[in-house]
Amino acid sequence: MKVRKEKLIKSLLSLGEEIYGQIDSQVFPSVELPSRSTSNIKYDEKLRQYVLGEKCIKRTSRNVRHIRPFTQLVWMGYMANQLINQGKTSTLRDMYYMAQAYDVNFKDQAESDDIITDLESLIEFSREDFHLFPEERSAIYGNLNIEYTVPKYEGKRLNLTVHPDGVMIGPALTSAEFVSTDAEIVICVEKGAMFTRFLEEDVHKKFKALLIHTAGQAPRGTRHMIHRLHEEMNLPVYVFCDADPWGMHIAQVIISGSANAAHLKDLTSPDAKWCGVWASDITRYKLPSEKITELDLKRLRELERDPRYREELWQREIKVFNDIKRKAEQEAFSRYGLTKIVDEYLPHRLDEMKSY
Amino acid sequence: MSRESFYEISPADFFYRNKDLAGFSNPARAIYSAVRELVENSFDASEVYKYQPDIFVRINDADGESLEDLEGATVTTIKVADNGCGIPARHIPSAFGQVFYGSKYRLRQSRGTFGLGGTMAILYGQITTSSPVKVVSATSGKVAHEYEIMIDIRRNRPVILKHKTYRNESLWHGTIIEVKMEGDYKRATAKILEYFKQTAMVAPYANITFVDTRGRLYRFNQVTKEMPKPPTETKLHPYGSDVETIKRLMAMTPCKSMHSFMMEHFHKVGPIIAGNFLRAAGIPQKRKPRKLNNVEIVKLVKAMKRFPNFRPPSAECLSPLGENLLRAGIQKELKPEFISVKVRNPSVYSGFPFIAEVGLAYGGEVPKSGDIVLYRFANRIPLLYDEASDVSWKVVHSLMNWRNYHVDLHSTPLAVMVHVCSTKIPYRSVGKEFIAEIPEIEREILNGVRDAARELSGFLARRRSVEVEKKRLDVFGKFLPKIAEFSKKLAGREVTPDVKPLLRSVMKHGSEEKEGYEGTEGEAHKEPPESG
Repeated sequence: MKVRKEKLIKSLLSLGEEIYGQIDSQVFPSVELPSRSTSNIKYDEKLRQYVLGEKCIKRTSRNVRHIRPFTQLVWMGYMANQLINQGKTSTLRDMYYMAQAYDVNFKDQAESDDIITDLESLIEFSREDFHLFPEERSAIYGNLNIEYTVPKYEGKRLNLTVHPDGVMIGPALTSAEFVSTDAEIVICVEKGAMFTRFLEEDVHKKFKALLIHTAGQAPRGTRHMIHRLHEEMNLPVYVFCDADPWGMHIAQVIISGSANAAHLKDLTSPDAKWCGVWASDITRYKLPSEKITELDLKRLRELERDPRYREELWQREIKVFNDIKRKAEQEAFSRYGLTKIVDEYLPHRLDEMKSY
Repeated sequence: MSRESFYEISPADFFYRNKDLAGFSNPARAIYSAVRELVENSFDASEVYKYQPDIFVRINDADGESLEDLEGATVTTIKVADNGCGIPARHIPSAFGQVFYGSKYRLRQSRGTFGLGGTMAILYGQITTSSPVKVVSATSGKVAHEYEIMIDIRRNRPVILKHKTYRNESLWHGTIIEVKMEGDYKRATAKILEYFKQTAMVAPYANITFVDTRGRLYRFNQVTKEMPKPPTETKLHPYGSDVETIKRLMAMTPCKSMHSFMMEHFHKVGPIIAGNFLRAAGIPQKRKPRKLNNVEIVKLVKAMKRFPNFRPPSAECLSPLGENLLRAGIQKELKPEFISVKVRNPSVYSGFPFIAEVGLAYGGEVPKSGDIVLYRFANRIPLLYDEASDVSWKVVHSLMNWRNYHVDLHSTPLAVMVHVCSTKIPYRSVGKEFIAEIPEIEREILNGVRDAARELSGFLARRRSVEVEKKRLDVFGKFLPKIAEFSKKLAGREVTPDVKPLLRSVMKHGSEEKEGYEGTEGEAHKEPPESG
C-alpha cells in the first residue's frame, strides 16, 4: 500500500510539473488522455475485462472549448494531492460542491464524475487510491476478520458479524487488510430485502458464506472488495440478482467490469458465477412474473452482441428471456413461503453451479 | 301626397351630426383629437416660414364642473400657443368660425387637409359647453388681435362676440387659441402623451411643452436647428383629377382655350403634351373651357386617367424629413443602440407624388414588448389608432420575413418608423388614423424596411461576433490564471508561472479575426484579471 501511495504522489507531482513547465515556456498547457470513446474500448480476452485501446485525445488549454475541463482536470489533480497528503477521504458529491469554492463550477454531478474519470485514466490510478468514493450504500456481513489501515484506526481489528445490519463497505473497509475467515464462499445479492432475509435465515452459517449487499449496480469499492476476497482469500463468488436484463448485467459487471471503468484494473472477478435468478427459473419454479417491456427487449439485443455475454449460459438465458417474454424479481420466491429460497433454491443452485 | 320636407344642411351642421367621422366620438377621443388638430395647425404655421416651432400646450380641468350624464367627462380647457406665422386679422373669424375655410385647401403637403380639424375642435367645444373660442394672433405687425368667436352652425358662419386689439411692440408672431370642451383627460392621457412623444420624434427641431390637468410638465426639447425645407404648392396632376375639381377649375379659370387651360392648371403639362392629349381626348384645342358640357367634362376626366404620355409628377413640392432629422428624432426619443434610416426616392400613386421614409431602431429605450413597435407618420402626424389596418402594419407583420434578416422578434427590441409624405395622403377616414393599402405606397415602404433590415442584420451579426469573441477572451482570462495557480500547487512550487504571454497571444489571434470591424478593440482588449 505504501509503495502504491508513493507512486501516486509522484504521478500527481509530475502532472503538476509538466503543466507548470509548459506555461513557463509560454506554451499552452495540454495533456494526452487515453480516449474513452466506445471505439477505443476493447474486450481483453486474457484479462477477461474491458480495456482501453491505443487511441489518445489531446486536451489543450489553447482550445476555448477545452480550457474549462482542462482547468477542472488540473484542479482535480490538486484536490487528489490534498486528499492523499492530508489523509482525508471525500465523496464524488463533495467534489462537485468543492469546485464551487474554487470557481471552477461543474454543470452537474455527471460532469464532475467525468473529470474524475479523466484524472484516473491520465495518472493511471483509481479514485479510491486518492480517497474519492461514491455515497456508500453497499454492505457486507459474515465471519471475516479485518485490520484497518486508515489513520486513527491503524491496527484495529473487527469481525464483520459485529453488526446485525451488516457493515457498510466504505473506504476504510476496502483498504483494510483481510486477516482471517472461516467462510468458504461469497454470495452477492442485489436487493436489501434479500440480504436481510439471508441474514435472518443464517445463510452465512448454513453455507459458510460472506454475504454482500450490492444495492443495485455494485459500486467500484464493493467490486474491488469482491475482487480482493477472491484473489486474497481464494473464495469463490456467487452473484444473485433479479431475473431481468438489468439484474443480469449487475452480475456481469461484477464478473467482467464495466466499459466506464475500462481504464482500471482490480475491479473485476472473472471467476465469479452468476447463479440466478435465471430466465429459465421463471418457468422451472413457476415464479410470479411480469411481461417484459420494449426497453428490456432493446437491452437484451445489446447484451446479446456484447462480448462479455458470449458464454453459453448467458446466451442461453438471453434466448429464454426473448422466448418467454417474462421477467421476475428475487422476491418472487416469497410466493412459496419466506424460506423456500434459502431452503430449496439456493442449495440446489449452488450445487448445480459446480458444473458451470 | 307625401309631406316630407327637405332642408339644406351646412357643412358645419353635417359635421355636427357626424362627429365620429372627424374623431370626436367620445369625451376621451375628443380631447385627444382636439389637442392633435390644434398642435398640427401650430406646426404648419411655424414650418411654412421655417420658424423653429416652440409650442406650448396646457390642459386644465381644475375649475370645470363634472358632467352628470357622462362619467369621467369634465369641462376641460385646452390652450395651445405657438410662434408660427400668425393669422391676418381679417381671416381670424372665418379661420376659426367656419368649416372648410383655411389656407390648406390646396395641393401642398401639410398636416391638415381641409382646414377642418381645428374648426371641428371648436365646433365640438361649442356644442358641449356653449362656450366661445378665444384666439389671440399676430403676424409680426405692431398689432395683436384677440377674438372671441362662436360658430353659427346652420349657416356655417362665424359670430364674433368680442374683438380687442393690443399693441405688439415686441413684434411677436404666433397664435394662441383656447377652447373649452367636454373631455375626459384621464382616459386620454396615454394617447396624448404618446402623441407628443411621437410628434417629437418627427420634429426634433421643435420645442414642445405640455402641462396636464394635474400640473405635470412634459418637455420635449429641440435637439437640432436643422429644419426640413418647407413644402411648396403644386398644380394638380391630370392623373389625380376628378369631375368636381375640373368643374371648379373651369368656373374660375381665366384661360380662353382648352390648350392653355391644360398648361395653366395642370402639373407638368407643356404645349406639346397639352396638344397631344386634347387630340387623344377628342376635344378641340381652341374650345373655350367654360363652354364644356357635363358629358364632355366626364370624357375629359376619363381621358386624363387613360392618357399614357403625361410626365410623372415631380416631388419638389414634398418635404420629407430626410435622413438627418429621422435619425435625430429616433435618437432623441428612443436612444437605441442601432439606427438605420432610409429615404426612398419620390414615387407616384394616382397622380399624387409621395415619399416613404423608414427608420429602424434596435435596443436602447425601444420598448421590449416582445413584438415590433410600429410608429406611423403621415405628413409628420403620428397615427395612433387602428394600427392593424394600416399599410405599414401589413408590411411589417405579414410581408416582411424577419427571420431572413436573423431578427428574432421575441427577443429583439425593435421599432419600425414609417413616414409617408404626400400632397394627398390616402387616409381611409376623416379621422386620419391609417393609410390605405395603395400598392405603390406598400411597395416603397416594404423596400425601405428591407433596406434598413439588411443594415440591422449586418449590425446584429457584427455584434454577435464581438460578443462571441469577448466571451472567448473572458474564458481564457478566467481559466489560464487558475491553471497556473493549480499547477503551481500541484507541483509544489513557490512562484505562479506567468500566463500573460499566453493571454497576449490569444488576443492577437482575436483581433486578426475581427479585422475590419470598428470600435470593438477597446472592449476586447481589456486587461485580464490578475490571478489571486
